[in-house]
Amino acid sequence: MKKFFTRLYVILIFILLYAPIAVLIAFSFNDSRTRAKWGGFTMKWYVQMFQDAEIMAALRNTLVLAFVSALIATVLGLMASLSLNRMKKRKRTIVLGILNIPMLNADIVTGISLMLVFIAFGQFLSQYGYTVVFGFGTVLLGHITFNIPYTVMSIMPRVQGINPSTYEAALDLGATRSQAFRKVVLPDILPGILSGFLLAFTLSLDDFVITHFIKGPGFDTLSTKIYTEVRKGIKPEMYALSTLLFAGVLLMMFGIEKGRNARKKSQQYH
Amino acid sequence: MSNKLIDLQHISKAFDGQLVLDDLNLYIRENEFLTLLGPSGCGKTTTLRILGGFEQPDKGKVIFDGKDITDLAPNKRQLNTVFQKYALFTHMNVADNIAFGLRIRKKSEDYIRDKIKYALKLVNLEGFENRMPDSLSGGQQQRIAIARAIVNEPKVLLLDEPLGALDLKLRKDMQYELIRLKNELGITFIYVTHDQEEALTMSDTIVVMNQGYIQQIGTPEDIYNEPQNAFVADFIGDSNIVGGTMVRDKLVEILGVRFACVDTGFGVNKPVDAVIRPEDLELYALPKGAEKGSPEYDKVSSKAYELNPGYFEGVVTDLIFKGVHYEMDVEANGYTWLVHSTKMFPVGTHVLMNLDPFNIQIMNKPESEDEQAVTLNEM
Repeated sequence: MKKFFTRLYVILIFILLYAPIAVLIAFSFNDSRTRAKWGGFTMKWYVQMFQDAEIMAALRNTLVLAFVSALIATVLGLMASLSLNRMKKRKRTIVLGILNIPMLNADIVTGISLMLVFIAFGQFLSQYGYTVVFGFGTVLLGHITFNIPYTVMSIMPRVQGINPSTYEAALDLGATRSQAFRKVVLPDILPGILSGFLLAFTLSLDDFVITHFIKGPGFDTLSTKIYTEVRKGIKPEMYALSTLLFAGVLLMMFGIEKGRNARKKSQQYH
Repeated sequence: MSNKLIDLQHISKAFDGQLVLDDLNLYIRENEFLTLLGPSGCGKTTTLRILGGFEQPDKGKVIFDGKDITDLAPNKRQLNTVFQKYALFTHMNVADNIAFGLRIRKKSEDYIRDKIKYALKLVNLEGFENRMPDSLSGGQQQRIAIARAIVNEPKVLLLDEPLGALDLKLRKDMQYELIRLKNELGITFIYVTHDQEEALTMSDTIVVMNQGYIQQIGTPEDIYNEPQNAFVADFIGDSNIVGGTMVRDKLVEILGVRFACVDTGFGVNKPVDAVIRPEDLELYALPKGAEKGSPEYDKVSSKAYELNPGYFEGVVTDLIFKGVHYEMDVEANGYTWLVHSTKMFPVGTHVLMNLDPFNIQIMNKPESEDEQAVTLNEM
């Protein structure tokens, strides 16, 4: 009896968690335009979606943005982790603490702050005849900014776990500093770098709030595109698009998790 | 054995203003097994790291084979290091670990394959090529670390407490293994340890260090039998170190009793320290209730007198069985003497205690403050 209620409780929680998404996915295959009735299974919203040039532009923007911002944030995060690791413990704790604050900050605050910074910077530049155009550039800078703490968070533990004498051992065996780093240190922290990159990619992929404030007119990512379209009226293509976004993020999370498990397993074996 | 291969000249090194090495001078001969021995923080590891090129001395020079290599990068030096915690590359298998240095030097794959085979044979781990380091025991990992270093045919192998993480039995085996390796390779070994027994077993030369100073350099026999100061005596094995007075040549007064000894040249009525090894003390049991002057007492004391015309009278206060010998505490003349003997003397036994004049090691008492600092009783 107790077991039954325990199960029921868990099932209820999962229903509450996943029902909205399930409904969304169901409607993306609904042949009827209204949400009131089920008109049979169709793939036409997906077809229409892929034929819509604006949506495809938004998809391209999103992927390029996610890739580039994740790449840059990972490189910066790696560099930061390596230097943080050489700091004295007290200093490092302080810097890491400061780095963690933006992660807890509300997205809307980050978004508005970034917008204000870009505007202020634009005003400053306008004295010299330059302007800041809100668009891909500003969104990219924004995404890099909010991704850095996450990449540091994933890379840092790996860097701290490095046995300092393996680097010295490589030097001792004749490697130059850069050879020692590439052949010995990098492979050790590579799993952290990969999971940091995937995390940053995912976060960039599904960010709406921050992007919304710094994107400017005429530039859209998938999430901002969905938002503007849904405000205009219900378009079932948007359900299809949302489903696709959800599936994409799910896939990424799956990849991150799988990478983690593979690592754990390989550690157990040896 | 005679060529100076490495010469450390006036090396000083400080970390955060803390002096770790103070004007260290040391030369190492070709083909020598030299051990740097001392407690943690004595500067032995720093010395090794300066040799390896991982630290730069603040002052002084490192001469290798006649050339100044003080500022040479580690990867340009003809020495290889076996690190304390092995420092194997965990993402590479055993063969790739061993091949690392050879691949950097762009040796042919055929040559590398032969070398791996040879090195694994040398460390008794044939057939381990494809194993990952994490799947090996500590002792095996250590052997791989040694193999990885020696395939590069260094002139000198630096070993930083390589057996520290192994258990006692394995450590003993590896000690013999290392001596065998050294003889087969015919290269110089510089070994760092805090384990005096390890140092005595393996070395040609031991350098005892403390607080950044060299305390004594010598063969294991020299170091054990003729420690030059109280620190060395105390650090190398158990010993009784007591203050005394050198009455004249070959006569020393210890705790009010005069003993014959073999040392000369300390002057007349000079304060000295005497080092007496616990296994050198002879005990003579007195019959129960035997008073001084009684015939029973005289019988024992005359026997003791034969060895040395001076002896202590005391009581056994502690007894532990140690396998080969018994370890006893003997309370005599206000000092608790550590005594090792194959014979057992139960707690409470009245004993006379004596020793061969040859076994009393006389040392100068430290006079200056500098010397005092060196001989601090860290143990």
